[in-house]
Amino acid sequence: MNPFIFTQSKDLDGVLAALSAGEARPIAGGTNLLDLMKEGVMRPSQLVDINGLDLDKVDIGADGGLLLGALARNADTAYNPLVRERFPLLSSAILAGASPQLRNMASNGGNLMQRTRCVYFYDVGTACNKREPGTGCPARDGVNRQHAILGTSETCIATHPSDMCVALRALDATVHVQSTSGKRQIPFADFHRLPEDRPEIDNTLQPGELITHITVPQADRFIAHSAYIKVRDRLSYAFALVSVAAALDLDAGGSIKAARIALGGVAHKPWRIEAAEERLVGKAAGEAAFAAAADTILQGARGYGHNDFKLALAKNAIVQALTSAARGTDIASGSDRDPEGDNA
Amino acid sequence: MELYQQYPVRLRINGQDREFNVESWVTLLDLLRERAGMTGTKKGCDQGQCGACTVLVDGKRINSCLTLAVMQDGKEITTVEGLANGEDLHPIQQAFIECDAFQCGYCTPGQLCSAVGLMNEGQAKSRDDVRELMSGNICRCGAYPQIADAVVQVMDLRRSAIDHDSGDKPAFTTGAVLA
Repeated sequence: MNPFIFTQSKDLDGVLAALSAGEARPIAGGTNLLDLMKEGVMRPSQLVDINGLDLDKVDIGADGGLLLGALARNADTAYNPLVRERFPLLSSAILAGASPQLRNMASNGGNLMQRTRCVYFYDVGTACNKREPGTGCPARDGVNRQHAILGTSETCIATHPSDMCVALRALDATVHVQSTSGKRQIPFADFHRLPEDRPEIDNTLQPGELITHITVPQADRFIAHSAYIKVRDRLSYAFALVSVAAALDLDAGGSIKAARIALGGVAHKPWRIEAAEERLVGKAAGEAAFAAAADTILQGARGYGHNDFKLALAKNAIVQALTSAARGTDIASGSDRDPEGDNA
Repeated sequence: MELYQQYPVRLRINGQDREFNVESWVTLLDLLRERAGMTGTKKGCDQGQCGACTVLVDGKRINSCLTLAVMQDGKEITTVEGLANGEDLHPIQQAFIECDAFQCGYCTPGQLCSAVGLMNEGQAKSRDDVRELMSGNICRCGAYPQIADAVVQVMDLRRSAIDHDSGDKPAFTTGAVLA
């Protein structure tokens, strides 16, 4: 790691002042930032430890909406009884990510700020437009098994690695940020961005801004029918090739009153096409409708060689997630293993 | 004059209060191994991918390679050296021996601390849960079935101790080793 100045603050105004000066970066869990610093991908000259700030609350308000403090840990969020009961999709998504140790460390704000796991981004010996703008993208013609199939640009085909963010996108969360010049709310859809010609910019957080909390509107209609499916190269502790957060509101006859579908592992941000959800309304919950929705969501998808399989995989995963959601929510247990087998 | 600023760090490691002065970039793992002389905690990948560096901070398991020592000032750290009570092994250490849960042993300190963290968390309800919730610890010798057996054995012991007191909790069965 490069030498850096370390400070700690228990005072939000003090942290915001330090961030506005431009040199300091906040550190909470540190699980991604320190890894990137060891690799030389990020080289901040100053870190301000924000763990002393009073931003670790997880609570459900009178309106049924969820408040997630930026410093609440991923594990504490996922295992919070209220989150499990009222937002099972979010709980499942968080528990599908990383490992128990990392979830104990990682903060909710930091989860949103994760950087891509593209191997070229991580390898300072290679070119990368995200790491060093203008140097090129070796992933386009390289080993791109993990890479994006939607919303890519000439300059970047990286994916956003989060599971939690896929559920937050499906559930219409809002990101609350603050700087010395005031507070601002960012709809989740607008928080992460597509690479376009500025792949070095992951999100719309402005210099000097700090995420203070995330809110999720009441989602009781989806409690009974939600599912998070994560397809990866091993059963646990791996980044998604494709993941799907699916939630349905069904009437007594099994017709769809409302649907939510968001994808991870396929783009530079959680991918959601609201038009596909609207077209499901009034349809019978079943494979025909789900496959049609998948086609709408995946319109314009393209592979880059090693990740061509993701087109079929994404469609199948969408259908599987919606089918699973229609069958009923499997209460998050931290395990998505096949109960039939134990393939050690 | 020091070339780089030193930061004071106070830690309670395995019940002992210790004080250090470290550079900002020293990880908790490097402090434990190189400054505290406690080499039980292992450096595997140094990237949070293998779990060999797992320790308990205030009872919670974390990857000590991905946190700065200066961020843990004032915390209580438990490493594998702190699990046994003198010559009496911790039940999970005894179970690892009985279940043949290691071969080369490099991942074992992390596996043991992770297992204690898992039991502290109380989220595992089945053998499959144990497998899933131990997935942050890689074992390249492939002792996974025996590691799960060892963790389940200790959980069963604790459960039956509870049963003895209250009488109404079902035993948590180990089941067959299928692999």
